[in-house]
Amino acid sequence: MPDNKRIEGIAAPLPIDNLDTDQIMPKQFLRTISKEGLDRGVLFDLRFHPDGSPRPDFVLNRPEYKGAIILIGGSNFGCGSSREHAVWGLQQLGVEAVIAPSFGEIFFSNALNNRLLLIVLEHDRIALLLKALESNWQRLLIDLEQMQLSCGSLVFGFTLGERHRKMIVEGLDMVGATLQMLPQICAFEKSHEAACPWARVLPTDEDNHGQIA
Amino acid sequence: MPHRTLYRKLVDSRTVAVLDEQHVLLYADLHIMNEYTSPQAFSSLRASNRTVLRPRQQLAVVSHIIPTHPVSIEQRVILDPASALQASNLKRNCREFGIKLFDTNDEEQGIEHIIAPEHGWIRPGMVVLCGDSHTTTYGALGALGFGVGTSEVEHILATQTLVYRLAQDMRIRVDGALPVGTSVKDLILLIIARIGAQGARGYAVEFAGTTIAALSAEARMTLCNMAVEAGAKAALIRPDETTYAYIRAKAQDLGEHGFVRALGDWQQLYSDEDAVFDIEHIFAAQEVAPFVTWGTSPDQAIAVNALIPDPALASDEQVAATTARALQYMGLSAGTAIAGLPLDRVFIGSCTNGRIEDLRIAAAIVAGKRVAATVRAMVVPGSGAVRRQAEQEGLAAIFIDAGFEWRQPGCSMCLAMNDDVLAPGERCASTTNRNFEGRQGRGGRTHLMSPAMAAAAAISGCISDVRALEKQHA
Repeated sequence: MPDNKRIEGIAAPLPIDNLDTDQIMPKQFLRTISKEGLDRGVLFDLRFHPDGSPRPDFVLNRPEYKGAIILIGGSNFGCGSSREHAVWGLQQLGVEAVIAPSFGEIFFSNALNNRLLLIVLEHDRIALLLKALESNWQRLLIDLEQMQLSCGSLVFGFTLGERHRKMIVEGLDMVGATLQMLPQICAFEKSHEAACPWARVLPTDEDNHGQIA
Repeated sequence: MPHRTLYRKLVDSRTVAVLDEQHVLLYADLHIMNEYTSPQAFSSLRASNRTVLRPRQQLAVVSHIIPTHPVSIEQRVILDPASALQASNLKRNCREFGIKLFDTNDEEQGIEHIIAPEHGWIRPGMVVLCGDSHTTTYGALGALGFGVGTSEVEHILATQTLVYRLAQDMRIRVDGALPVGTSVKDLILLIIARIGAQGARGYAVEFAGTTIAALSAEARMTLCNMAVEAGAKAALIRPDETTYAYIRAKAQDLGEHGFVRALGDWQQLYSDEDAVFDIEHIFAAQEVAPFVTWGTSPDQAIAVNALIPDPALASDEQVAATTARALQYMGLSAGTAIAGLPLDRVFIGSCTNGRIEDLRIAAAIVAGKRVAATVRAMVVPGSGAVRRQAEQEGLAAIFIDAGFEWRQPGCSMCLAMNDDVLAPGERCASTTNRNFEGRQGRGGRTHLMSPAMAAAAAISGCISDVRALEKQHA
């Protein structure tokens, strides 16, 4: 995101409830050890015919939604598998924000950790938004300073958790931040290990089942 | 100390630091990895010049991509080059960082959520994380388990902790005896159908009541495994004698002294009498019938003797649209019976229903009968140990004699990242957890059900009420 505080562009409606991550990123694209090339996989079965040609009726293939950077989804968007590939793929496709009534739990964390903006908005507001988009050339503005999203004369406020806002706007290095707490982690470990020795479960012998590769 | 729920006790006991009102830094006792949600975490770790903080608390399993062809495990070869690279990459990562690995040819090979409990590595009170949504399974043993994403895998590798958003508390009480011919799979399908695919979103669910208390440890795993299909952040069952007996049998490394010592801690793991749950749902076991999904979300399930829903009768426009869309994908007509629907495939296995008890239930239905000529049926044990035990008990022979394929352990057709895939339009009775569009193969049509129902489906060649089949053969 070049500007961390403003996202402005075409928004595409995708009002499917329970749009799971299996659909957002089908399994055949998970056979990879990198993050590359996942844009092709996004919503593959919805975007493409089995022969690989685009489905002209699917929203992201329609000329008026070309270059969409915001998706407006249904309830429980991103439910299902933990695959972060779904988030990486959406971002590679150019998506910078998803607005939906609710999100799948793991998808929500994944998006946050990759600074893909997720905005929760009530059903009726989304309905109004979709209507406004129809008459307003599909363009939407999200202002993270004002915490507002607007489409023509329609303006809605939204909220983000403080941690969420900080991640998106400032781009925290979460691992780095936690590593600064390493002394605390080690102190916790020490007393925890003494209190719950049974919680250390893996055999330390290398001759056990499985292998220390 | 205020009255606390079991969930809250578990979180508090592993909280390294409170970060803000909603977040804590949560310590992981055990972190389990697989081949497809961990590679980028290791790459990123290396790119930042970081290392694995506690290699001895990491476990890695190749499970989603492995072929289940009925050859021996030693001969098992991953032919797909991309998948083979994932397996060798995991091996390299484990070797470099000193992490225990169940590799492709290991005889203990199988599904992560089946291997870990059967080795006694999941114990009450532990926090167990894994880059797989069905980590909720471990709540069956009173452990807090939940799925994480790849950037969280990286965070855990580097710090042994997770920045964790607290859940709200939900209790689901079920009392009474499950009717004959039904099992815990029918119960969880009923619960998900009633509360919806997002009914437990944002909640840690504690299952309670006499029905739950009467369940075996393995049946509890099926229940907690599928709680995530209602959106649950975690699922929990209070540890009891059933839990202790299971762990005592599996975790022999604890020794008598260690076990007694641990027992004292585990007996403290329960929701205080006056603990407040944010929401409670109550079900009666007698409401349970053999359940089958008709749609493309696990909450689109009905009793096997019910009719397929009609979008025209839906409560609102959105439900009508979702129903119509699912019916179209599934090739079904509204208002018709689901029983009698012909099937092409039957799949018994997965982290939901690939345990020895599941195979015993299915084998009891199948014994002495033949798989319908129109059906291709397969059994995929959840682990090498499950497979060996099923062979010793004669279950494998029952399946083979009936015309089932008896395959090597793995995730198989549950998410179809291996060679076990439905062809477009194929209809499958499946003991798995997800009936999403394309989940078991593009255009494939999945009907979730119990092992008993899947076995009955294999024999009759169509979706059928296992109770009727039993009567007919009695």
